[in-house]
Amino acid sequence: MKSQINTNFSRRNFLKTSVLASGGMLIGFNFLTACKAEAKMPVDIASLNFNDFNAFIKISDEGYVTIFSPNPEIGQGVKTSMPMIIAEELDVEWDKVNVAQAPLDTKKYSRQVAGGSQSIRQGWEALRQTGATAKQMLINAAAVKWNVDASTCTASKGVITNVNGDTLGYGDVVKEAAGLEVPENVKLKDVKDFTIIGKDVINVDIDKIITGKPLFGLDYKSEGMVYASVVRPPSFGKKLKSFDATKAKQVNGVLDVIRFGEKLKAIEKQASGFTRITDKVAVIATNTWAAMKGKKALIIEWEDEKLESTQDHDKNLTDILDGKNFNTRREDGNVKKAFASADKVIERTYHSPFLPHNCMEPMNFYADVTADKIHLVGPTQTPQWAAGLIAAAYKVKPEQINIEMTRMGGGFGRRLYNDFLLEATEVSSVIKKPVKVVFSREDDMTAGTYRPAIKYRIKAALKDGKVTGYHLKEAAINSNMYGLIPNFFPAGCIPNYKVDTGNYKSNITTGAWRAPYTNFLAFAEQSFFSELAQELNIDHTDLILELLQNVKGTSDKRIQYSGQRMEDTIKLVKQKANWGNASNGVYQGFAAYYSHNTHVAEVAEVVLKDGYPIIKKVTAVVDCGILVNPTGAKNQVEGGVLDGIGHAMYSDFSFKDGKPDFKNFDKYRLIRMQETPKVDVHFVQNDKKPTGLGEPGLPPAGGAIANAIHAALGKRLYSQPFVNELKKSSVLG
Amino acid sequence: MPNYTLHINGQEKSVTADADTPLLWILRDELNMVGTKFGCGIAQCGACTVHIDGVATKSCQMQVSILDDVKITTIEGLSDDGKHPVQEAWKEIDVPQCGYCQSGQIMTASAFLAENKNPTTEEIREAMHGNICRCASYNRIEKAVKIAAEKLS
Repeated sequence: MKSQINTNFSRRNFLKTSVLASGGMLIGFNFLTACKAEAKMPVDIASLNFNDFNAFIKISDEGYVTIFSPNPEIGQGVKTSMPMIIAEELDVEWDKVNVAQAPLDTKKYSRQVAGGSQSIRQGWEALRQTGATAKQMLINAAAVKWNVDASTCTASKGVITNVNGDTLGYGDVVKEAAGLEVPENVKLKDVKDFTIIGKDVINVDIDKIITGKPLFGLDYKSEGMVYASVVRPPSFGKKLKSFDATKAKQVNGVLDVIRFGEKLKAIEKQASGFTRITDKVAVIATNTWAAMKGKKALIIEWEDEKLESTQDHDKNLTDILDGKNFNTRREDGNVKKAFASADKVIERTYHSPFLPHNCMEPMNFYADVTADKIHLVGPTQTPQWAAGLIAAAYKVKPEQINIEMTRMGGGFGRRLYNDFLLEATEVSSVIKKPVKVVFSREDDMTAGTYRPAIKYRIKAALKDGKVTGYHLKEAAINSNMYGLIPNFFPAGCIPNYKVDTGNYKSNITTGAWRAPYTNFLAFAEQSFFSELAQELNIDHTDLILELLQNVKGTSDKRIQYSGQRMEDTIKLVKQKANWGNASNGVYQGFAAYYSHNTHVAEVAEVVLKDGYPIIKKVTAVVDCGILVNPTGAKNQVEGGVLDGIGHAMYSDFSFKDGKPDFKNFDKYRLIRMQETPKVDVHFVQNDKKPTGLGEPGLPPAGGAIANAIHAALGKRLYSQPFVNELKKSSVLG
Repeated sequence: MPNYTLHINGQEKSVTADADTPLLWILRDELNMVGTKFGCGIAQCGACTVHIDGVATKSCQMQVSILDDVKITTIEGLSDDGKHPVQEAWKEIDVPQCGYCQSGQIMTASAFLAENKNPTTEEIREAMHGNICRCASYNRIEKAVKIAAEKLS
């Protein structure tokens, strides 16, 4: 086909192009999920009528490519891996690619969220199509220049070649390409031809990170900006009565002390998930230190409402497990009958505490609310949700809201909730100045959206050496496991199977925390299966592999995981970890878990030092389909495993009369260097569509170490953090 | 408020601040040097680590009033071009995930290696124990310190 200069309007409506006055070509498209740091867009997007798009590729006259990625970067690596997918299909050398963050498109709220390890999985096809379409347009433009058929031309590494051996760089044809019709049905590369995907690509922000350049929300500043430290109730269940700011106002640098909360309370009526909605007090100052000092000098009176303690939660959750008030989430066969006819019934109960997220960058946000515009800058995982709430509460049009996203110093689910962003917005609207709200670590840890405390009770029926019945009950605070989880392993593997959930409404705010529910459920389940294997006198891995045979080829569309892929993952981890052949004094524990579309199996190794279990090594095998960026992928799994170990071993969080017992890292324990084992990560090689990695490495870790500790000490662990249980049994003096 | 002169990254900086203001907030809010991070405010996480006369020090606990006679180095001044062996090692093996704690990790590692040119794994693990990485990139931090030690020797 000979390409014709035609319209620049896309019939497919997924991609649009324009010539830039400054030179080069701009391609707009939908990235699915959509953000900005220091880079400026090359043109005013609105003037190009590009509002249907949230991501852009700029190709300069010199052939350099800038990908404006809208994806929230919380440390999971998508700011690097998603542009890699575009560059692969565009067929341009990675060293000619620059990645910058694009601003939030507030006119169309397409999916703009980092969460659930879904960015890569959902973006894969669209990103490939985008890159391949842009490449085809460049080829078509060259074909027009040469007056040859485009199908006789090829492109590779940013250079287009025709049958005569003539070449044109991408930069040579951008002007012409921008004017062409957007082609349909472009050809995608064969996986075997990938030159960027599958290669180690270093984090695109690495130079800024290692030299301390401004990058994070806390680093952002604007002319005339002031700082605010917000006082929230010291206990869940308290409300603001009155305050005396006399002393606070005497602190050098303190400008004002205000009461606010009208908008926050209005928003709470429409959306849940916020922390302690009551009026709050903000100390406004010329610098962060003065704002924090001013806060300490405030005298505040609170009113008590309902104050809850950890023992109340514990009792309420136990009452749920002992009671009959459940929501049945899945039921197969006849569980009652299976238990009635069992040779043996085993029942165990597992308990986890609340957990704060503790992102290293404390919550913060910048807001500048003026008569005609709301300008927000900072770290949030859900910008479009925030924009919607603000548009409604402040009665402004979406296009009057401009949210710029910064790189985030961790997310783990905490930055989904936007309480910090809404506080900054309201403070700015009251004081009529640009303001940065900064949480202290104490604020961050005590005003959380915690992982809820949960108890699982699991019961299994054993008959003739087989697991014939399985009944899982979940008792949780505020909400229960999401809908897919009842269809994870061992659903489909055990004929009589039931999952029941019940919950208790608390005034302590809870929310998603890295690998919600499965971060604890995987430990409970895989510890339980280790016990069943012991009872049946077979190897834990053999029991799981045997059960998986029952789900292969299932016609049950609800089943989420693949029996075959899980089997392959487990077999590979057995080989890589030399399962069952550990050297003297090394004790192994196994766990496998599917979550977030990814299959993971782990073997932990423990040694004893003066009777104390030391975790030396974890071997992890992951099936996440095609590996986009191996170095980034390994980093996610290494971190996920260590994070899972750290929280299972050490992290505790409790309440007394509504007040958290932990508020900073002096008492609250996160895993540190000397407690970390080596994590040895391997991937199952296949050509399947890539799936997410931010979360799935974490869930099996707790189970693997609990089973290894059992192998070492003969002690089963039922409650997190494990250090508390080990202390109780005087293993740890 | 009193005036102080600080020696930071080879330059003299003059600031006006309350005597009890931590160096961390002087750097971040007054001098616009935001590479030094706020993490806990109680010297437990290491995100705010700087060098004071070459010693890794948590800047959240150092009051501005006692710093007039010392030389302060921050991540911005560790090297002119990001080519300090520790920075290079960090890049070589792609250490960061979210990246927030990493300037503190790099400052701790570089001060440690200046004192101990040929450290054992256990010495590295001990030296880095005071710096929390919430993403738990610890395996790579350990390895990067080893690589940096080789580069330095």
